[in-house]
Amino acid sequence: MRSRWPGDPRLEWLSLSDEEWTAIRLSLWVSSIAMLASLPLGVLTAYVLARGNFWGKSLLNGLVHLPLILPPVVTGFLLLLVFGRRGAVGSFLDQYLGIVFSFRWTGAALACAVMGFPLMVRSIRLSIENVDRKLEEAAGTLGASPAWVFATVTLPLILPGVIAGMILSFAKAMGEFGATITFVSNIPGETQTLSAAIYTFTQVPGGDAGAMRLTLVAIAISFGALLASECLAQLVGRRVHVQ
Amino acid sequence: MTQSRLIVKVRQTLGSFSLVAEFQAEGGVTALFGRSGSGKTSLIRAIAGLSRPQHSHISIGDDVLLDTARGIFVPSHRRRFGYVFQDARLFPHLSVRQNLGYGRWFAGSRSKEGEFDRVVDMLGIGQLLERRPDKLSGGEKQRVAIGRALLSSPRLLLMDEPLAALDDERKAEILPYLERLRDESAIPVIYVSHAVAEVARLADRVVMLDNGRIEAIGTPADVFSRALDRRDAGAVLSGEVIAVDPAHRLVTVGLSGGKILVPNADVEPGRKVRLHLPERDVLVATRRPEGLSALNILEGSVAGIEPDGEGMVRIRILCGADYILARITALSVERLDLKLSLPVFAIVKTVALQR
Repeated sequence: MRSRWPGDPRLEWLSLSDEEWTAIRLSLWVSSIAMLASLPLGVLTAYVLARGNFWGKSLLNGLVHLPLILPPVVTGFLLLLVFGRRGAVGSFLDQYLGIVFSFRWTGAALACAVMGFPLMVRSIRLSIENVDRKLEEAAGTLGASPAWVFATVTLPLILPGVIAGMILSFAKAMGEFGATITFVSNIPGETQTLSAAIYTFTQVPGGDAGAMRLTLVAIAISFGALLASECLAQLVGRRVHVQ
Repeated sequence: MTQSRLIVKVRQTLGSFSLVAEFQAEGGVTALFGRSGSGKTSLIRAIAGLSRPQHSHISIGDDVLLDTARGIFVPSHRRRFGYVFQDARLFPHLSVRQNLGYGRWFAGSRSKEGEFDRVVDMLGIGQLLERRPDKLSGGEKQRVAIGRALLSSPRLLLMDEPLAALDDERKAEILPYLERLRDESAIPVIYVSHAVAEVARLADRVVMLDNGRIEAIGTPADVFSRALDRRDAGAVLSGEVIAVDPAHRLVTVGLSGGKILVPNADVEPGRKVRLHLPERDVLVATRRPEGLSALNILEGSVAGIEPDGEGMVRIRILCGADYILARITALSVERLDLKLSLPVFAIVKTVALQR
């Protein structure tokens, strides 16, 4: 193990190994991809749920919320069934698009996105429901088509809610463990995220120091994300005047 | 002018309320007047394309906007009608300048060069451009909303009780701007209101609605002299400002049969104004009174005595070329021995003309 903490030997235990760095980088990468990739679908779903009035709306709502109420292991197993190499969707994607989810980091990102999706949709949906529709009506009388109304009035007004939803999804992804490990296992360098690495440390004798190191990192990242969201929300809130 | 004639035929049933209305409007200000619940807002929303009434036809010039029989419906964003709402509905995430530019941007090449400065100047909102809507007073918001609608280069301006949410002082602040708008801009206006004074002052034509039906269509003088609600009935006179007295905040308006003093100093001489004289605020005297606080004493002759059968009489007084209406008791008519063509004096308190 190469020392990354020169100087005081008493702080030697704080230096992170390459494997640990890999797990941290992977976690950040997977969470960011999960958050960004699910964002467009999240906004669309939230909009449909907030404004739509169609048959099967409660069904869609239930489906979106399913990962929130199911045990994560069950969600992971369902993902394995559907998106695994032999799964209905998984085999199709593998054959025609060359996208493989099982035992890859992409699978970890998919699991994280699915687990964070209900939180993201809830937050965005609430802010869409709070938008004063009279403003959208006014925009229409000024010549804006529905798509333009969404882009120039609705979207700027729901931005704080969208940011909150993104942070929630990111945080959920950082902490996601059950569905990921069930779906894509715990392969160092490919699917071993921060949480999985901490779990692995606790399973081997003398792994306490490693688990502690990664726990401190996890706390730092979570705090950072929270602070960033506060700052962003304030910045946008000042612009949008959301009380 | 025929290419901008607005034709409205609406037949709509909403629960127990039915609205059946047919009218045409062309140039100038057409007021849709009536009590709340009379259907005027339903009508203007249908014109704007914000609602879709059942059996209706709406067209402007050759352009059919709604024809339920033929299945035609043009959505509001393609009608090119400016709409001023009762609550200004400014976009909170945009500055005043950006709000004003919003409709202008969608109007694209239709918006004229220099129009922005002209409208900003006309509405007196030059100092507000960099502010946020939540930093504006109610009157300022409404002026910006009017400017925003004007700058979208509309072929028709729809105003839905633009002053109703404001207190009297704010109303007095905005009314002169609306008069300027009427006099300086060529855009026809549909103006919804339940306030007689406002309509009398602004409108060229009044469509009077009651309970979903059109009761009367005509000039303000016409419609309001026959007005149904006794509190609102009265004469509407046109005149021209001939002098302004800023010290007493009074304006002298020249009428065909004399001069009349009106409160308000925010107009310049030469401006054409319209006055609503509520008939129950007019006194009648057979001799010129002296030592009276009322400032306006107009000379005329009795041109009509119309008892309403309930102890009240409406006296029609010819004053120059105008008729002034006074509502007095039958007892007063007897005591003064009022007869047709008797010379009389109509007395109006200036305070009663506060607008």
